[in-house]
Amino acid sequence: MSQRVHRIYNPAMECISRDELTALQGKRLAATVKREYENVPMYRARMDAAGVKPEDIRSLEDLKYLPFMEKTDLRDYYPFDLLASPKSEIVRIQGSSGTTGKPIVSGYTRNDIDIWSEMMARTLTAAGATQDDIVQVTYGLGLFTGGFGAYQGADRIGAMVIPMSSGNTQRQILMMKDLGTTLLCCTPSYASYLGETIREMGIDPQKDLKLKAGCFGAEPWTEEMRQRIEELLCIDACDIYGLTEISGPGVAFECLEKHGMHINEDHVIAEIINPTTGEQLPYGMHGELVFTTITKTGMPMMRYRTHDICTLTADKCACGRTLARMGRIVGRTDDMLVIRGVNVFPSQIESVLVGADGVAPHYMLVVDRVNSSDTLEVQVELTEDMFGDTVSHIENVRKYITDQIKSVVGIASKVKLVAPKSIPRSEGKAKRVIDKRKL
Amino acid sequence: MFIKQISVFLENHNGALRELTELLGKGGIDLLALSVADTQNFGIIRIIVSSEQTDTAMLALRDNGYVAKINHVICAEVPDRPLGLCELLSLIEKAGLSVEYMYSFLRASKGSDEAHMILRLSDGKKAVELFQMKNVKMLSQKDVDAL
Repeated sequence: MSQRVHRIYNPAMECISRDELTALQGKRLAATVKREYENVPMYRARMDAAGVKPEDIRSLEDLKYLPFMEKTDLRDYYPFDLLASPKSEIVRIQGSSGTTGKPIVSGYTRNDIDIWSEMMARTLTAAGATQDDIVQVTYGLGLFTGGFGAYQGADRIGAMVIPMSSGNTQRQILMMKDLGTTLLCCTPSYASYLGETIREMGIDPQKDLKLKAGCFGAEPWTEEMRQRIEELLCIDACDIYGLTEISGPGVAFECLEKHGMHINEDHVIAEIINPTTGEQLPYGMHGELVFTTITKTGMPMMRYRTHDICTLTADKCACGRTLARMGRIVGRTDDMLVIRGVNVFPSQIESVLVGADGVAPHYMLVVDRVNSSDTLEVQVELTEDMFGDTVSHIENVRKYITDQIKSVVGIASKVKLVAPKSIPRSEGKAKRVIDKRKL
Repeated sequence: MFIKQISVFLENHNGALRELTELLGKGGIDLLALSVADTQNFGIIRIIVSSEQTDTAMLALRDNGYVAKINHVICAEVPDRPLGLCELLSLIEKAGLSVEYMYSFLRASKGSDEAHMILRLSDGKKAVELFQMKNVKMLSQKDVDAL
């Protein structure tokens, strides 16, 4: 077996001793909590209610006394009420879908953009990127953090960036070939689709392309998908993790060992908790992943519950990094779905379906993966409100629902109107989702 | 001059139509006219029953979980000979109306040389005025009940 070359962007931080890291995290946590308490009324109220004062938070040990934050808090304090810096210091807004129709947004100071760029520079470097690389970004460049995150990281390294944004596969492949892209950033399903298309076009990645690695994230994937992408494109495929609430992609990243994602712990503290009791769980146990930012100044997050389920390990990695690693996301503690890289909550769909009587009909989301692309079918039980005696009337209702879902959730779906009571009822909590993807 | 029609939403699956007719049949409902509009995913069944059976039919349908509605359609008399229907459609076309759907009765009135078409046109009120002006006979609900 050949020895891999592990590149590390910031060895001082990425290979810091665990003791030094713990001390650094404690110091940064105390400063951040003080900032939050003094500048954000919501944090002050929550901490007062929990009987915690900023002076109580002196080390990493004290983290457990702090209250949790939820995605709904970003909605309730939308858009600017969680800012811990004056609005004039905010230089960027990024956003993602919320749990209902309204998006959530996050404000970044210059400092926050710097941190995020550094985290993505580490991410790309871990996949082997240097300033000699040509990085093709096919994540959407927009409110979605994927595109800008990858762009900033590659820019920080000094690599050549091709900011393609998403879509137009033929053009993506043309640029990849003509410009000699070496590193690809996109969702794993799109990477797989690109690979299949390249093969169909008769392009031999080893001869005709210069690709060597890819950083793929924004949606869950499996070891089987990794193998397939690596074979199709003849590259190393690395997993990356991130969320807008914390900064964006690059919160955690895989090195070429591909054995869990290193968390940028000098910027965020990761915890695994019991989702029911909120108690911290030891490393190695499955539980809900919780992040606390400790360097962000624009919109810092205190114990943000991701609802992603995974494990943590702090065992030293063969790459030399000491940063703890998170395992693959094995599930969710809520009903969020990731479809084509977009976060989708059944409640968003429900908000579209609510009729004049304020009640939504029964519905079921059927998610599948066909030809490497996620599909969403929305089955809706027809109500008398929707029914008319002509086919065109019903087709118009269907089209209206489809358009509304597209505008609220941001993804295309296939709406199927079904007969009343044809969707199985379950006792207790309604089952709204059938996910046929084998993840 | 309108008559009552019941329209029912059906999912497109094997046996759906049989289940519906079984339900109505067991309830003693006599179908005077019927049409099926189908798409790949769903169908709309439109039926005419006598006015005294309309409520019974609606009740049976709703109790059994069907989405059903009562609409009002026109029933026009058409000479039972070649080009009879064509002449009626020409009238409709010239008046600038369009046919949303159309079907025929399962049963003719006794001893009549006329056929009866059930029509839903783009403007029902205008259609009635047109037919009255052009002497196209329309069946009333009472006429339908006597069929």
